[in-house]
Amino acid sequence: MGATGLTCRECKAPYGLEARYVCDRCFGPLEVAYDLDTTLDVDERRRRIQAGPQNIWRYSDFLPLEAPPGPSARTLSRTGLPAGCTPLIRADRLADHLGLREVWVKNDAANPTHSFKDRVVAVGAARAREMGYDVLACASTGNLANAVAAQAAALGMESYVLIPSDLEEQKVLATGVYGTNLIKVRGTYDDVNRLCTELSGERENWAFVNVNIRPYYAEGSKTLAYEIAEQLGWRVPDTIVCPIASGSLYTKIAKGFEEWLALGIAEGSAPVMHGAQALGCSPVAGAWAEGKDVCRPVKPDTIAKSLAIGNPADGPYALDLARRSGGSIASVDDEEIRAGIRLLAETTGVFTETAGGVTTATLAKLAEEGTIDPDESVVLVITGEGLKTLDAVRDTFTSFEIDARLDSFLDAVESVGAAT
Amino acid sequence: MSVTVKIPTQLRSVAGGEAEVDVDGAGTVGEALERVFERHGELRDRMLEDGELRRFVNVYLDGEDVRFLDGLATPVPAGAELTILPAVAGG
Repeated sequence: MGATGLTCRECKAPYGLEARYVCDRCFGPLEVAYDLDTTLDVDERRRRIQAGPQNIWRYSDFLPLEAPPGPSARTLSRTGLPAGCTPLIRADRLADHLGLREVWVKNDAANPTHSFKDRVVAVGAARAREMGYDVLACASTGNLANAVAAQAAALGMESYVLIPSDLEEQKVLATGVYGTNLIKVRGTYDDVNRLCTELSGERENWAFVNVNIRPYYAEGSKTLAYEIAEQLGWRVPDTIVCPIASGSLYTKIAKGFEEWLALGIAEGSAPVMHGAQALGCSPVAGAWAEGKDVCRPVKPDTIAKSLAIGNPADGPYALDLARRSGGSIASVDDEEIRAGIRLLAETTGVFTETAGGVTTATLAKLAEEGTIDPDESVVLVITGEGLKTLDAVRDTFTSFEIDARLDSFLDAVESVGAAT
Repeated sequence: MSVTVKIPTQLRSVAGGEAEVDVDGAGTVGEALERVFERHGELRDRMLEDGELRRFVNVYLDGEDVRFLDGLATPVPAGAELTILPAVAGG
């Protein structure tokens, strides 16, 4: 593999490719370092990708695995629950509505458990298997819970999924069905995360995908950038709008583009990165507005539960990325989130969860205030599925209940001026 | 009564391998940590920078992040539990 080790983002201390996530010296986060073969030319690299399977393992040259999962042949990677290769949809009606020229929707709800988390879990679980783990675990706001439970089922691993006890019912049901050990913790996600951090020190044979396996897991988010570039014909878009919870997805998408630009696989320049948070949990947007370079933790209170991380691990790096890419980090309130869900649904036919409402509402706000130039090509990263947060759209539209008779239809529907 | 300070696995090598340290006579979070540092000097630099908690170090008083309280000046009641953990997990 191209990965050579782990490096501390803060003090640059090097470590081996172990199950380790923080630097012993300064507690800074560890990140995978690569030494990619520079003798391959661009055409050869692109051919290797195109010859790969229709999932994220087509990008395994850029992932921290000894080998793509499954049989040795690259195209036969069928082990586990492969993620990725989700649609990139040209959203002209949304663009028209916002006064923009070129808007694309990357619909990552089209993953096996309907969120981008299948990407990170596929990589984290594969690496955990390589390191000999047979128990998978996580702290989750819901989408990760679905992904870990499903991936563990597909791989035949035991799993422990810890969630806040007040999660949306759909996310709880769509986790328990896979036969995981589902643990509802009375508290916020940050409480769950604290417990898992403590637990990971005591359960050394467990692979907590977003704790001790986090450096590998996080790399899975780069595949979103690779896919967007490949789907645009090896081109990097001008602008990305992406949700921020811990800040990991946001920063890894940028890393993915930067890697491919450096290798010449994608053309263009590093995109402007706009981050989106819910006002009721906006530690990163708050720090951005105040010009700070670190985040002050908050207590979440928002309908966007999948983004409700009050103490974001990658907050400082998200702030740094927004600054150096010429982007921003904005927040939208619960009403704007509901409106964002409706806007995306009504103009693209894509029904997203509350996190996608946050992202869409943020795009609308940036377009309206002129932060996004009408001539930029914009990709909206939609990370999850609307069916998982149905409460957010309840009572946001009207319907008719009638008898099965023509006059009942005419009275009820046509009398109120509904389209005929 | 004493205060219990729980040491994360990453720091146990500089805490004589101890997972928990009981300290006496500490009125605040900062004083409780000082008592631990008196016993295990190397811990101080790992946890503090310019007298403040490092960016990626979290300290919890009975489960609550002390950054939500009064930081190192937060009073600690007798019998309390302080938990030191890395901040970079999750998401």
